Amino acid sequence: MSILIDDDTRVLVQGITGREGYTRAKLMMEYGTKVVAGVTPGKGNQTVLDVPVYDTVEQAVEAAPELNTSVIFVPAPLVKNAALEAIDAGIKLLVIVPDRVPIYDVLEIASAARLNGAKFVGPNTLGLLSVGKGVLGMIGGRAETARAWFKPGDVGVTSRSGGITSSISYYLSKSGVGLSSIVHVGGDAIVGTPHPEVIRLFQEDDATRAVVMFGEIGTTQEEQVADLIEQGIFTKPLIAFIGGKAAKSGTRFSHAGAIVEGNRGTHESKVKRLKEVGAHIVDNFDDIPTVTQEVLRKLKT
Amino acid sequence: MARLHEYQGKEILRQFKVKTPMGFLASTPEEAAQAAKKVGGRTVVKGQVWLTSRAALGAIQFAEDETEAKTRAASILGLKLNDFAIEQVLVEEVIDIQREFYAGIIIDDSAKAPVMIFSSIGGSGIEEIAEEHPDKVAKATIDIGTGLRDYQARNLIRRTGIGGKLQMQLANVLVKLWQAARKYEARSAEINPLVLTGAGDVLAADCRITVDDYAVFRHPDLGIEIARELNRPPSRLDKIAYDVEKDDYRGTFYFIQMEQGFEAGQGFVGFHGAGGGGSMMSMDALHAQGFKLANFTDTSGNPAASKVYRAARIILAQKNIDAYFGSGSGVASQEQFHSARGLAKAFIEENLSIPAVIRLGGNSEDKAIDILEKCTEHLPVPVEGYKKDDSAHFCAERLTQLVKEFDGSQAAGQGFSKPEFDKPYRFESITGSITFDHGVCADCDHKACVESCIPEILRLDDDGLPVLAISAEEAKAGKCIECLACEMECIYHGKRGAYIDLPIAGLDEYLEEAT
Repeated sequence: MSILIDDDTRVLVQGITGREGYTRAKLMMEYGTKVVAGVTPGKGNQTVLDVPVYDTVEQAVEAAPELNTSVIFVPAPLVKNAALEAIDAGIKLLVIVPDRVPIYDVLEIASAARLNGAKFVGPNTLGLLSVGKGVLGMIGGRAETARAWFKPGDVGVTSRSGGITSSISYYLSKSGVGLSSIVHVGGDAIVGTPHPEVIRLFQEDDATRAVVMFGEIGTTQEEQVADLIEQGIFTKPLIAFIGGKAAKSGTRFSHAGAIVEGNRGTHESKVKRLKEVGAHIVDNFDDIPTVTQEVLRKLKT
Repeated sequence: MARLHEYQGKEILRQFKVKTPMGFLASTPEEAAQAAKKVGGRTVVKGQVWLTSRAALGAIQFAEDETEAKTRAASILGLKLNDFAIEQVLVEEVIDIQREFYAGIIIDDSAKAPVMIFSSIGGSGIEEIAEEHPDKVAKATIDIGTGLRDYQARNLIRRTGIGGKLQMQLANVLVKLWQAARKYEARSAEINPLVLTGAGDVLAADCRITVDDYAVFRHPDLGIEIARELNRPPSRLDKIAYDVEKDDYRGTFYFIQMEQGFEAGQGFVGFHGAGGGGSMMSMDALHAQGFKLANFTDTSGNPAASKVYRAARIILAQKNIDAYFGSGSGVASQEQFHSARGLAKAFIEENLSIPAVIRLGGNSEDKAIDILEKCTEHLPVPVEGYKKDDSAHFCAERLTQLVKEFDGSQAAGQGFSKPEFDKPYRFESITGSITFDHGVCADCDHKACVESCIPEILRLDDDGLPVLAISAEEAKAGKCIECLACEMECIYHGKRGAYIDLPIAGLDEYLEEAT
C-alpha cells in the first residue's frame, strides 16, 4: 500500500484555471493520479485538461460523488475559504500548496478538519507522492521527471523542506534505495499533518520498512516523533537529519514560546531526544543514502 | 515576525477596555517633559525597543518631576541596543504595584490552536518561574471557533490558587487579551507584568504583541513597514526587496542583509538560495569554504523569472561582494530555466564583475545551464552552472577556485543603459513592460521571441514582426507570465530587438547614492 494516496483517491483541483493549478493538474494526471474535476469560482462550465470545471466544490461533488481529495492552488488570502468549502462539501483529504497563508486561517482550517474528520497536508507544501501510484501537489514538477527521480521501494520520506523532500528522495533512488511514499509536511509553523502524524501513517503502512526524516529547528515536531518511538508506537527504523545547526537564534522578544516549548525546538534538543530513543542521526546530509543502506542491510539479517 | 512596540500593544489593549497606566508617547526630551506634566507627579520613562530586560539595559528610568523626565528621556533617546536605536519613549504614571501576574497567548504547533498561559507570579524571569513552580502556571487550549469564554478563563486562574473578585478581574483581562490577539492575528501576545494596584485595579503594565507576518496585509492600521523578523531595523535594501515581494504571489522572495560596510576582498558572498532546507545546506557549504554571507535570499515555490531577476539585482546592489552563489536543494521540482533567465538578465544588466556559481539542479537543468552560460558568455567574468548530481559542497569549492583565479582588472566594463528604440512596439505585463523594436526586428530572420514564448501569446504580423496574439489587457492581467524567454532568446539568436523593463521601486536611487 502507500500512505494518504490509494486506489480510491479521486482528486479535485481548486484553482485549476490558474498558472500553478493548470500546470500541476497536468503533472498529477500524467503521473497517473485520478483528477476528475476542477473548481474555480466564476469560471464553471468549461473543460480544462479534459476535466470539467465547476463554480463550487459542492457542485463538483454532486457531479462526481467519488471525489475525496482536493489539491488547492489559490492565492494565499483565498486559501481559508477554499479549504473550508472543500471540508464542508465532504472532502476528506486536502493538500494546501500555497505559501504565506495567515496562521489564524490555518487554525480555522484545522478546527473544521477536526470536526469533520478530514486531514490536510500543508500549507506551504510541495505535496506528496506515492511511487507509481500518484502525486498530490507538485513534487517532481513533471511526470516524466517524477518517474525518473523516484524509484519504487520500501523507504518512506518525510520532510519539512520541499526541495529537500525531492533531493533526499532522488539521492536515495540514485543509490539504489527505493521509495514507498514521500511527503513534504509543509514549511510553516502550523501544518495539518506534521512529522509525528506522517510517522504514524508510515507505521501502519505495510509497504514501508524504514523512514527517512528531514527535520528543522523550531516547532516540536521532531521531539514528538521521539516520543512516539519511546512509547513504542513507532517501531520501524528512523534515519534523521536535522537542519539549521548553524542558524543564529533571534533576539528574545516574548516569553510565551519558552514557557510552552521549554527547551524543545532547538537543534540540540531534537538531536539529543532522537538519539536517546535510538534513531539514526546523520550529521552530514550527503551521507543519508549510505546510512539508510546500512540500516536496511541490518534489517534483512 | 512583525513586532509591535509596547505603546502600540497598549493602544490595542485599551481598544478592548483593558486598563493601562496613564501615559504619553514622546520622541524628544521636550515632548517627554510635556508628557510628564500631563501625567503629573512621578513618572517612569520607558524606551520603546523590541527587547526584554529593558531596565537592566538602561532603557527604563524613573523621574521625580518633568525636569527629570526630560533628562531621563534625553539619555534614553538615541540609545543603541543590539543595533536598535531608541526613537521614542513612553512616559507613564508610576503605579502602586501590590502584586504581579503574567498572561500570554501563543500558537501551539502540537495542539494546532492558541494557548492561553496564566501565572500567578509575573515579572522578569517568568520562564524560570514556570519551570520551578509549575503549580503557579496554568495553560488552556483555546477553541478557535468559540474563543476563550469567561468561565474558562476563571477556571484557568483558579488552578493557580486565585479566587473571588480578583479571579473575576483577571479573567476579564484574559478574555480581552484573547480578543485582541484574535483581531490582530497575533503569533504571540503577552502582558508581563499584569498588576494589581493598591487601589484594587488590574492593569497591563507592559504589553508585547507579535503579529503574524502573513496577516499583516489585513492590518494596514498597524503601519507595519516590513513584516520580517529582524534583529535590527530594516535596511533600505531590505525595504526595497520587501516591496518587490509584498503583492506578488507568484512564488516567494525573501531577502535580508546580514552584513553591511565590509570591503572587497573580505570574502563576502551574495547568496541566492532556493527553498529553506536547501538554502541552509548551501550556506553551510559556503561557511565550510571560509566565505561569509552578505545577505540571505530565498526565491522558491516556482517564482516568476521576473521575481528571480529582481532578487538578483537587489543582491548585486550590495557593494563589495566578492562572488555570487546560487544554490538550493539541488533537485528542484520547478522548471529551472525560469531562474536561469532571471539570473542571466540581471547579470547582463549589472554587467557582472564578480565570479558566479549557480547550482541549477532540477527540472530542465540542461536547458537552464545552457541559457545561463550562453547569455552570459560575453561577460568579463566566469559564470558556471551546475546540476543535481553536483553537491552544494562541490559548487562552493568551485566558487573558491574561481575567486582565487579571478583577476578583477578583467571586469572593468561599461554600465548597462536601457536601449533606445527606433520603432517600439510595447505591451504591459503584471509588473513590467515588454518592448520589441520593430526597426530592429525587421532585419531578424530567426524570430526566437515567438518560438520561445511559453504561454504562446506572441505571433508574427503580416510584415513578419512580433506582436501580441492576445489583447493587451489579457497580457497585463497575467497571460504574459514574465518568463523573459523572448528577450533572452533574442540576445542569443536574434538582433537584440526585445527588451523587458522590470522596475524595482527605489533601487536606482539607492545605487546612485551608493556610488
